[in-house]
Amino acid sequence: MNANPNGKPPLKVRLATTSLAGCFGCHMSLLDIDERLFELAGLAEFDRSPFTDIKQCGPCDIALIEGGVCNSENVHVLRELRANAKILVAVGACAINGGVPALRNRLKIGDILDKVYRDDSGEVHIPDDPELPASLDKIYPINEIVRIDYFLPGCPPSGDAIWKYLTDLILGRVPRLDHQLLHYD
Amino acid sequence: MTELLFNIDDLPVPFKPGQTILEAAKAAGVFVPHLCHHPRLKPHGGCKLCTVVVNGRTQSACTYKVAAGQEVDIDTPELNAMRRSLVQLLFIEGNHFCPTCEKTGACELQALGYEYEMLSPHFAEFYPADREVDASHPDVLIDRNRCIMCERCVRASRDIDGKNVFGIAGRGGKATLAINSPTGKLADSDFAVTDSAAHICPVGAILVKRNGFATPIGERAYDAHPISDSVNVCEIAEEAK
Ligand code: SF4
Ligand code: SF4
Ligand code: FES
Repeated sequence: MNANPNGKPPLKVRLATTSLAGCFGCHMSLLDIDERLFELAGLAEFDRSPFTDIKQCGPCDIALIEGGVCNSENVHVLRELRANAKILVAVGACAINGGVPALRNRLKIGDILDKVYRDDSGEVHIPDDPELPASLDKIYPINEIVRIDYFLPGCPPSGDAIWKYLTDLILGRVPRLDHQLLHYD
Repeated sequence: MTELLFNIDDLPVPFKPGQTILEAAKAAGVFVPHLCHHPRLKPHGGCKLCTVVVNGRTQSACTYKVAAGQEVDIDTPELNAMRRSLVQLLFIEGNHFCPTCEKTGACELQALGYEYEMLSPHFAEFYPADREVDASHPDVLIDRNRCIMCERCVRASRDIDGKNVFGIAGRGGKATLAINSPTGKLADSDFAVTDSAAHICPVGAILVKRNGFATPIGERAYDAHPISDSVNVCEIAEEAK
């Protein structure tokens, strides 16, 4: 990557990011790398991501996935990223074990919908517009839906942890977090 | 009298007759990971985190007695990988959502996850749905979703408090923490917050109420230091409460 014999600009990795059933906290944490964003811009360019507003992913090197899988759209997006990215990274507690949304897993989805969409008269109106993604029976960690190559825990992982992990990956090192950066909370 | 010696990871370590490997290692300042062991309780040998290799065979360091000349391997890549798998299995067997848990940062299970660089639970989640939360007691909360069945509370209540409040009922995946009271509720037992059993749980399954965030997240026992930095693991977590 540092070899630059022809004076051409160095090759950048193509990075995609998405938030599935997450709170965008991991994306906020990525922005927390602050002025290192400039350094990142020198190493990487963004494909599909809330930062670029690109809606469909093209071939890319690394995809960072925040959030677990709670509905059919999440499954679709996750598969699209798996099909396009060489390396998939589960970022944050929700992508890794379902996280806070998975607190609903002890309840039956039918009971939840019934409770949420029952009006005062006792009638149930569960929205069935085909535009709306269907809820899954439970929240799934993303590695139970597609193969995941790397995991970066934290709720959210700190900006420092994301920076360390991501630069390890981009520069071809085995990504590792020391005690100060490794957190599940 | 000549000093009695055995070897830990190829280094000679003194011991006293009758000591377990874990006790002798601890006296010598060597960390042996453990969850079900607690210095105030009789050894239980349940969690297997303390598994070591003694003269080529795996044994539990918390129950196995030292003998002169023994070769004990504790900190090896193979054993540490096995320990990571054990921690992962404990995570997926319960509902361990650390960000929502009062114990986070002071939890021995979590700290061992950090110790062995567990980055994901790896196995498919069980998400048990039938484990009851018992908030009936005025001072103590039980969340069975985080119980790892180490039986520390069982032994503490029986052997230190003389009360016998807890037991493990059922088998395999159906095993659960049972409470010895007419209703099965903690409030109807003779349990008190002053019992040692109220403070001995290594995870966030037995929590003293109104205490959860007295120490802010990020400043707790194992936030500051890896669990292996000290051999007095249980004491540290209890002091932090
Ligand atoms: S008991 Fe420990 S491992 Fe389980 S959720 Fe709480 S902090 Fe995490
Ligand atoms: S409640 Fe805590 S101390 Fe008791 S068996 Fe479960 S994990 Fe162990
Ligand atoms: S500490 Fe030895 S088996 Fe649990």
